[in-house]
Amino acid sequence: MVEVSIPGTPERRPGTPERPLRVAIVGAGPTGFYAADHLLRQEGAVVEVDLFDRLPTPFGLVRLGVSPDHQKIKSVTAAFDKVAANPRFRFFGHVELGKDVELEDLRHHYHQILYCTGAQTDRRMGIPGEDLRGSHPATEFVAWYNGHPDFRDCQFDLTQERVAVVGVGNVAVDVARILCRTPEELATTDIADYALEALRASRVKEVYLLGRRGPAQAAFTNPEIKELGELADADITARPEEVELDELTRASLERTPDRATLKKVEILRGYAEPKPRTKSKLLTVRFLVSPTELVGDETGGVVAMRLVRNRLEATPMGTLQPKPTGETEDLPVGLVFRSVGYRGVPLRGVPFHENFGVILNERGRVIDPDTKQPVAGEYAAGWIKRGPSGVIGTNKPDAAETVACMMEDRAAGRVLRPEAPEPEAVDALLRQRQPLCFSYGDWRRLDQLEIAAGQRTGRPRVKFTSVEDMTAALGHRAE
Amino acid sequence: MNIASLLSRKGVKVVTIGPHDTIREALRRLAEHNIGALVVVDGQGGLAGIVSERDIVRALVRSEAILGEAIGAIMTRDVIVGTSQDDLVAVGTTMTEHRIRHLPIVEGGRLLGIISLGDVVKAQRDQYQGEVDTLQFQILNEEDVKAPRAS
Repeated sequence: MVEVSIPGTPERRPGTPERPLRVAIVGAGPTGFYAADHLLRQEGAVVEVDLFDRLPTPFGLVRLGVSPDHQKIKSVTAAFDKVAANPRFRFFGHVELGKDVELEDLRHHYHQILYCTGAQTDRRMGIPGEDLRGSHPATEFVAWYNGHPDFRDCQFDLTQERVAVVGVGNVAVDVARILCRTPEELATTDIADYALEALRASRVKEVYLLGRRGPAQAAFTNPEIKELGELADADITARPEEVELDELTRASLERTPDRATLKKVEILRGYAEPKPRTKSKLLTVRFLVSPTELVGDETGGVVAMRLVRNRLEATPMGTLQPKPTGETEDLPVGLVFRSVGYRGVPLRGVPFHENFGVILNERGRVIDPDTKQPVAGEYAAGWIKRGPSGVIGTNKPDAAETVACMMEDRAAGRVLRPEAPEPEAVDALLRQRQPLCFSYGDWRRLDQLEIAAGQRTGRPRVKFTSVEDMTAALGHRAE
Repeated sequence: MNIASLLSRKGVKVVTIGPHDTIREALRRLAEHNIGALVVVDGQGGLAGIVSERDIVRALVRSEAILGEAIGAIMTRDVIVGTSQDDLVAVGTTMTEHRIRHLPIVEGGRLLGIISLGDVVKAQRDQYQGEVDTLQFQILNEEDVKAPRAS
C-alpha cells in the first residue's frame, strides 16, 4: 500500500529547493512546534512543514493545560511564533485527522507524517463508584477552566465544601491550587470567564491532595509545593506521621542524597507543624493513602471516599511501591478529581501500544507490530511517543531524536511518494473538507484581540472559548 | 519518569537466543544487532537467563575451544529484572551499584523489553536537558511577561 522510493537514486530524494521534503505534523502543541523548528533548521535539506491541529488555536497544553496563574510558563509561545514566521511553515487549525482529513489524504500529499498528539485521556482509578456524580478526571476540570472549546459546557458542583484531588503530580497540584485561590487572585489571570464566575460562587472550603506514596516520592516540584503554602486565603497542612520518612526512603536518600528531594521533605515537614489557622480555606496534603472506593448517596452523588493506608515496599530494582496495609478510613467529600496518569488516544490506522498508551515506535519511527519494522514515512514525538513525562522543554530533545530519524530516512530514500505534494493541493483539499480552517495569521489576529480585551480588564488575555466566537471575531468565512 | 516511558520509544524488538544455541551463534547475533547482551529464552518463551559480551570474553580467555558450546553453560541464570513501573532514578542507581549493564523488563512473566545503562543515562540526560532549557527560557523571558505587549 505504501510506496517507498528506491534507495540510491539521489535525484528522487525530496529535500531540494525545487522539490522540498513535505512534512505533515499532526498536533500543534509544544512538541509539534519543536519538531517543526528542527525540521526547518536542517542544513542539508529543504523542508516544508504543514502543522495541523484539531482546535482552531495552536500551542496545545501551553494554552489549555498550563495553569492560568502560571503565565510565565506560557511565555514559551514566543519561541513558537518565531517558528511560525518561517515562510516554509503553515498552520491549519480546526482540522482533525480521522474526521476532516484521513491518513490516506496525508499520504497523498506528504513525504513524511509526524504524530504529536500527546496524551489526551486520563487513566482511571479502577475502583467502585468511580463514575458517581461528582467524580471527574482532573483534566476535564483543567480543560474547562482553561477555556477548551470541547469542555466549556462541563459542569462541576462547586457548592460542595469538601473536595479530594487524587494524585500528587503537577496537574493535581494545579487543580488543588485553583480551587483554593480567591476570585481576586484568579481575576488577574487568563482563566475562562465562565470558570471565573463559577469559581466566584464556589463554596469549597477544604481540599485534600492525596498521594499513594510518601513525601519523597511525590511527583510535584519544590516551586509547586512551596507555592501552595503562599496562597492568599488558604492555609496548608499535612500530618506529621505522613511526612516522616520511612526506613526504606531514608536508606535510599542516604545512598543517593538528592538535594531537591530533601528540600521537598523539609517544606512538607514545615506544613505539618502545628500553627493557628488564619485563612478561610484549608488545603491538606496526605501521603501513603489510596482510594479504594467512592461512596455514593441515594441520588448517586459522591459523599465519601474510602481510603486504605499504604506502606512502602522496595522492588528488586529499588523502586518504592505502595502496599495497602488494610487499615482504612472514610474521607467525607462531595467532589473528586482524579489525576493518576495520562495516556495517548489511538489514531485510526496507526499502530498503538495499549499497555503503555503510546504509538508503537523506535526512537520516533512508527513500528508495525506484526513485522516489528518501521512503517515508511510515519513518525511520533512527544507524549504520544514516550508517554506523559517531563516538562515542556523535555519535548525538545525528544522531537530532535525523531527528526534525526526522519532526516536519516530521507537521505536513504525511505519516504512516501505522494501523488500531489504541492502546497496548493492541500489548500484545495481543505477548502473542500474544512472551510472553517484557521491559519497562523488568523490565530495572530485572535491573539491580539484576546490580549487587547485582557488589557481593558487588567488580565493577560480574555480567551475565546468557542469556535463560533473565534469565527465571528475574525468576521469571515462563516459558511 | 518510569521505565515504561523509556521502553515506549525503544520498539518491541528484543534479540533473544535459546540455551542450546552455541556461543558462536550468540556472537553472531551480538555483532549483527550491534548490542551487548542477549536474553536467553527457553522453548516456552520464558526467561532462562542472560548472556553478555563480557560473559563470552571471560569464557574465551579460559578456553578458545568454547565457541561450539551451548549458551546454557555460561549464561547468568539468576537474572535481575525490572518492571515497566520502576522509577528511572532507582533503576539507574541499582544498575550502577550492581554493575548491571542490561536489564530485562518483565511483567506477568512476559518479557516486555530490555534496557541498557546507556538507555537510562540518555533518558536522564534528556530529562535534565529539557528542564534546563525550560528554566532558562522562563528566566530570559521574565521581563517580557511582566510587561505584556499589545501586539
